[in-house]
Amino acid sequence: MTARTASLWQFRQPSVIPGFGLALGVTLSWLILIILIPLSGLAWRSSALGWSTFWALATDQRTINALRISFGTAFVAALVNVVFGVILAWVLVRYRFPGKRIIDAMVDLPFALPTAVAGIALTTLYAPNGWIGSLLSPLGIKIAFTPIGIVFALVFVGLPFVVRTVQPIMEEIDKEVEEAAATLGANRFQTISRVLLPGLAPAVLTGFALAFARGVGEYGSVIFIAGNLPYISEIAPLLIVIRLEEFNYPAATAIAAVMLIISFAMLLIINMIQAWSRRRYGYGA
Amino acid sequence: MAHDATTSQTSSGNTELVRVATSEHRLARYTLIGLALCFVALFLVLPLAAVFREALRNGPGEFLTVLSDPETFAAIELTLLVAVIAVPLNLVFGIAAAWAIAKFEFKGKAFLTTLIDLPFSVSPVISGLVFVLLFGSHSLLGPWLQSHGIQILFAVPGIVLATVFVTFPFVARELIPLMQEQGTSDEEAALSLGASGWQTFWYVTLPNIKWGLLYGVLLCNARAMGEFGAVSVVSGHIRGLTNTMPLQVEILYNEYNFVAAFAVATLLALLALVTLVLKSLLEMKYSAQIAASRRH
Repeated sequence: MTARTASLWQFRQPSVIPGFGLALGVTLSWLILIILIPLSGLAWRSSALGWSTFWALATDQRTINALRISFGTAFVAALVNVVFGVILAWVLVRYRFPGKRIIDAMVDLPFALPTAVAGIALTTLYAPNGWIGSLLSPLGIKIAFTPIGIVFALVFVGLPFVVRTVQPIMEEIDKEVEEAAATLGANRFQTISRVLLPGLAPAVLTGFALAFARGVGEYGSVIFIAGNLPYISEIAPLLIVIRLEEFNYPAATAIAAVMLIISFAMLLIINMIQAWSRRRYGYGA
Repeated sequence: MAHDATTSQTSSGNTELVRVATSEHRLARYTLIGLALCFVALFLVLPLAAVFREALRNGPGEFLTVLSDPETFAAIELTLLVAVIAVPLNLVFGIAAAWAIAKFEFKGKAFLTTLIDLPFSVSPVISGLVFVLLFGSHSLLGPWLQSHGIQILFAVPGIVLATVFVTFPFVARELIPLMQEQGTSDEEAALSLGASGWQTFWYVTLPNIKWGLLYGVLLCNARAMGEFGAVSVVSGHIRGLTNTMPLQVEILYNEYNFVAAFAVATLLALLALVTLVLKSLLEMKYSAQIAASRRH
């Protein structure tokens, strides 16, 4: 009883391992210096604007359109990534085919390739005179320099998030579950759609949220392919850069604050999904 | 494994039935593989191929000529300098954070972990913007810095700060799950045998985590050298002085100097390929030591 009450009041549980103070001290000071002070600077600057100014800046039509484009294209791209990411993860986990190892390694390319390089490469491919764009333009399909181009760039940056969250969970699926479903008379399609996929739902949701969050903030790969027409294909991060170049710091701050508030809300939701999936399925997604 | 043993005991006909009942029709399998391969080709392989093709469009001679441009050379130097400063800083921070979080139980640990992950959910442009708001001429610190002749924005310190911000979680994120899995018994054994704290860290913990650490450093370095949005906001784009390689790519591209832009891009693409190869090798050989390899 005394030990229990003591632990309630203790900041940390006793341990023989040394170095807690030093490690936590380094961690906290670095965190405060590099992350928290700069971010709270942003919070302070946007609150210093005053509510009415902030609201006017945040509801400016060009800002609203840019936010809508950023969040809309990121949402569509994350959906595309869910479909193809799950197929890709399934193929990598379940099937054998030549070149599988290389493809598995290639999935991480968007993590390793600088976004600017990805941007100019995708633009070159999908521009009307590019390898793929030239095949599509006679059909009247334009990808680069339209919002579809933004989606393409965001599909590229978001792909590994879905594959890498779903893949390990797929590897853990117990073969006996499928055998049980088959013995009970389910055909293969029913087994997959009613037994296997629901178990993957939390991982898929997490992958979706991560890809979506990354897509909303993405800048480097998008600006080359987007065409950057105000109100039509101008993303929110680009509008921040434009406002900064005009020395319009209040507007840049307001757009950033709105983006951050929405992003943090999403981070909270991701954490809640993860906690829920762990409680329900016993493993993290 | 136990399951395999039971099936092998039953007749081969049964095994075949189980295999048929728990795998897809051949047609479905080929369709799925085909879809996956097309997707990978369209979004991953072709863009990479395009970089090399565009760079070598006018032959290897011109490729080498544009690369030997002094501005490009300065960009390469700056990129390396920034990585050499930013990566070790986040390496030290990552080890300290993982030590505190993985080896101890304390209040607010989950919150601290969330704070460390923060930069991943902040747009790179905002990561740059916060430093502009902090050190710019309109900020509180700006006039003081100016009067003391300290240049942070539009100079190397600003670029380093933005890069450190963006790559902040990489090493810590890799080490925390790994060290949590390994527990504290090895360290306790070393300490009970009379080793000092530093000796325990150096001879017991570090060998246990070295491959995971290398993995984290690899990812951190790839991002540090390739960061575009955050660096673009704080750099000021001064030619030959504050342009990193990704910024140089943008400038050359916007000047319609495509061969040169793609030539610099090939260097970054090669960096990405080397990163991927090393990453796969580490995953293959030391998968047990790379706990978070599949959970970025």
